[in-house]
Amino acid sequence: MSTTLTRPSSTASEADVASTGSKLTRVLGIASLVGLAVLLLLAFVFTEPDQRVFDRGLDLDPLLTGQGDAVRLLYVHFPVAMVTYTAFSLNAIGSIAVLWKKSMWWDNTAAAAAEVGVLFCGLTLATGSIWGRPIWNTWWKWGDVRLMTTTILFLIFVGYLAYRRTMTDSQVRAKRSAVVGLIGAINIPIVYKSVDWWQNRTLHQQSTLRDRAIEDLTLFSMIFGMVVFLVIFAWLMVHRFRIGWLEHQIETVGLEAAIAERRAQTSAAVEDAVTDSRASAGSGPPPKTGMN
Amino acid sequence: MDYLGYLLGGWGVVLVAVAIYAVSLLRRGKVLSARVPADRRRWMTTDD
Repeated sequence: MSTTLTRPSSTASEADVASTGSKLTRVLGIASLVGLAVLLLLAFVFTEPDQRVFDRGLDLDPLLTGQGDAVRLLYVHFPVAMVTYTAFSLNAIGSIAVLWKKSMWWDNTAAAAAEVGVLFCGLTLATGSIWGRPIWNTWWKWGDVRLMTTTILFLIFVGYLAYRRTMTDSQVRAKRSAVVGLIGAINIPIVYKSVDWWQNRTLHQQSTLRDRAIEDLTLFSMIFGMVVFLVIFAWLMVHRFRIGWLEHQIETVGLEAAIAERRAQTSAAVEDAVTDSRASAGSGPPPKTGMN
Repeated sequence: MDYLGYLLGGWGVVLVAVAIYAVSLLRRGKVLSARVPADRRRWMTTDD
């Protein structure tokens, strides 16, 4: 399998600093923190509570249909859900590449995406539950197709990560976990489309963005939040990818050391055998010359 | 502001969880980096 990760270069000014950081991660990290600060300002200061009303006619009072301040939770729930889709989709791409090109680079990418994806999938479920309590008057609803399919997606990728830990051979691990990753990926479009396919079996509304149910600063804040969390995702991915690379290097170095040690033992044994045979040949009876 | 507890809980769980995970990644990276020679840590020898 190919193990080339990045292009080699001649500059090694930071080679003595042992970490997974680099100029790229510093830029992503700063962008993440600045973006998060702006998002918090948008979510809690600049945006108004959702106070949409439904006009029921002249003789009836209008109904308040908005979410009030609870809408501020969607500025974090929606972005982490989008990162979940992105991470597991990246895992699927990596899994296909592993099976197609037998590349350890893609196996490492898939594993990193799965781990970060599991974190964000768990956060999607948690923030959705917290948002659901004031809006739906319940923390959880068994039978809601969006909740159930997301939970299944979460459990599949927890299983994916656990399954990877059961195997020590990196090539076998790459192939088998790629198959599990692709099985999990089947669930991604099901999660996304579940609210359209089973409309009467979910508390979730249909796609808010597609139906343009929100606009202006609320819409901008949700899109901005998605971008910010994708930058955070990129930062986490780079670090997690490099950790996988380091683990692979340690495995490889350990294997190389074991092979070198074995070779040294073998050559020493051969030398000993040759020395012994020469010594025994020198001290033995003289060869017959045929003159007697 | 209504639902303040839910807002703090929702945002708090995300920010704290991501921060803990980020710190754990940095620590794991540091420990593993110390065990691998610099020439095998390619990102240390690139301009990215």
